[in-house]
Amino acid sequence: MNQEPLLVVEGVSKAFGGVLALSAVDLKVYPGDILGIIGPNGSGKTTLVNSITGFIQVDRGKILFKGRDITNMKPHKIADMGLTRTFQVMRPYYSLPAFKNLIVPLFSPRARRTGGWRGGGKMGSRDTVAVDILEEIGFERDSYIPYKTASALPTGYLKRLELARCLALRPEIIICDEVLSGLSMSEMASMVPLMEKLQMEGITLVMVEHRLRELFRIANKVVVLNFGCKIAEGSSDEVMESKEVKEAYFGSEEEVFSYV
Amino acid sequence: MSEPAKDRRKERLDRGIKVRTDGIYAISHWTEIAYLLTPRLLFIVGLLLAPVILIPFPYWQRVLSIVCIFALLAISFDFLANYVGLVSLGGALYMGVGGYSAALLNSHFGLPPLVTVPVSTVLGGAICTVLLLPCLPLRGVYFAIVSLMFPLLAGRIIEALDVFGGTDGIMGVDGFSSGWVEQYVLICSVLAAVFILRRMVSEDVGLVFTGVKDNDQAVKASGINITTYKAFGVFISSMLGCLGGACLAHIYMWAGISQFALDFSIIPIAATVVGGGGTLIGSVIGCIILVPISEFLRDFGTLRIAVYAIILTAFIVFKSEGIMMYGTRKYEQFERWVRI
Repeated sequence: MNQEPLLVVEGVSKAFGGVLALSAVDLKVYPGDILGIIGPNGSGKTTLVNSITGFIQVDRGKILFKGRDITNMKPHKIADMGLTRTFQVMRPYYSLPAFKNLIVPLFSPRARRTGGWRGGGKMGSRDTVAVDILEEIGFERDSYIPYKTASALPTGYLKRLELARCLALRPEIIICDEVLSGLSMSEMASMVPLMEKLQMEGITLVMVEHRLRELFRIANKVVVLNFGCKIAEGSSDEVMESKEVKEAYFGSEEEVFSYV
Repeated sequence: MSEPAKDRRKERLDRGIKVRTDGIYAISHWTEIAYLLTPRLLFIVGLLLAPVILIPFPYWQRVLSIVCIFALLAISFDFLANYVGLVSLGGALYMGVGGYSAALLNSHFGLPPLVTVPVSTVLGGAICTVLLLPCLPLRGVYFAIVSLMFPLLAGRIIEALDVFGGTDGIMGVDGFSSGWVEQYVLICSVLAAVFILRRMVSEDVGLVFTGVKDNDQAVKASGINITTYKAFGVFISSMLGCLGGACLAHIYMWAGISQFALDFSIIPIAATVVGGGGTLIGSVIGCIILVPISEFLRDFGTLRIAVYAIILTAFIVFKSEGIMMYGTRKYEQFERWVRI
């Protein structure tokens, strides 16, 4: 790949009190990638997502998106540039019906500029575009589900709603914070092709995941974090063979033997 | 309350006519049209006729004006709390800023009340929004506390610095040309506020407000600046309060520190609780009930507050959903016992 990276993270560090949540993490995301970020619990994955999208301020380092410095910019400005994210803990507008949840992003300056996903907002009403997006993402159009209040929707649909909210902005990158976790096997089975479809649409995906098997099937590059440090990077096979990764997940050999 | 029998439970069903008036079929028959229009017309015509009905009781005509002023404040509170998610105790601030700006415009520049009221509505709204701007990142009870600080502070500052007439206030403000103008300006403002806001909250802008209330992080992630929308919500709400304050200054022909009194922050909240939060009309109904009650209770002297508190407590305990919610449910649904 000799094209320009879309998103560059350079030496980003973040400490919460005395705990170093991220220490000098580097990352490059190229257009069309599906980049996976994995790591054990507490390894700083979500902190990294929050840092990139401006939800927390980083202490050191630099984040570039399309060559522009977005370090510590306001979250809404970063989203306005086309770098969107989902939340690990779903954040729908619980009192609104599912399709009305999408009116909010469709009403944003970016969506009004670009017309929202596939530019549909320039032609139809926002309600129609919202239902179009929901259908695309797996809400059955002719059922009552798109019109149900978000608080009454099961987890699987809420995860999709998170993605739909990103799509409504017509993003260039979506950072998915654990969209696969908490789903049933069948829900996951339909989610994976959906992610591949989004990639075909030209959207770059960064997936923070615990579900390694599904992730390795679609990711073309994987980054492993542990205790806030990047410990491995490469294709899924390379990463799985790496000694550091095995140690991070299973403990080192000496440790294992010390328990026996 | 009686215990329900074990082998049966109450079932609530939508009335047939309610279902029929949900969609396009609402206009198919006069009964459906009447079903939809009656409550709305009752509210509008009732309010518009109230001054005429009260001709034999000039005192109660004045009370009606006060009801409308509190109603404006209550709508402003209800909108900000239940649609934007900012619980504001700044009613007294809006009131005072509106009152003082109307009084100053009138006594210094000689503008007539029909000019000062709209000007101080917009001007006062802008002033209050600028004052509250630094507090907008706060949420919930923190915003409430800070917004309560402003009216207290404003009163003390005017007292200490002896500006704007100091403790005497600004006297010699012109009254409205007649009681009718006074009442209809206020009644039309209340009606306009209710129906414009009700329309607005169901439009796309209103959905963004709801989004800010439900989940401001997700609104940020959608590329929308939440501070802008919160400020816009505060502006709308403080405009309503300032409108009430400006009218009050002209009714009493005086603006003083007592316009920053906490009554103006607290009674609208009580009215919203009684009337039903999140309905806008409910808060108006709450004022129509609470303000006259407080007038009746003048006979009790100092016990007034105690009786008032008992009435409020009774409402919260027995009808915590509010009159409006209760009424809507009774109007739209019927209940029956079914055997389990």
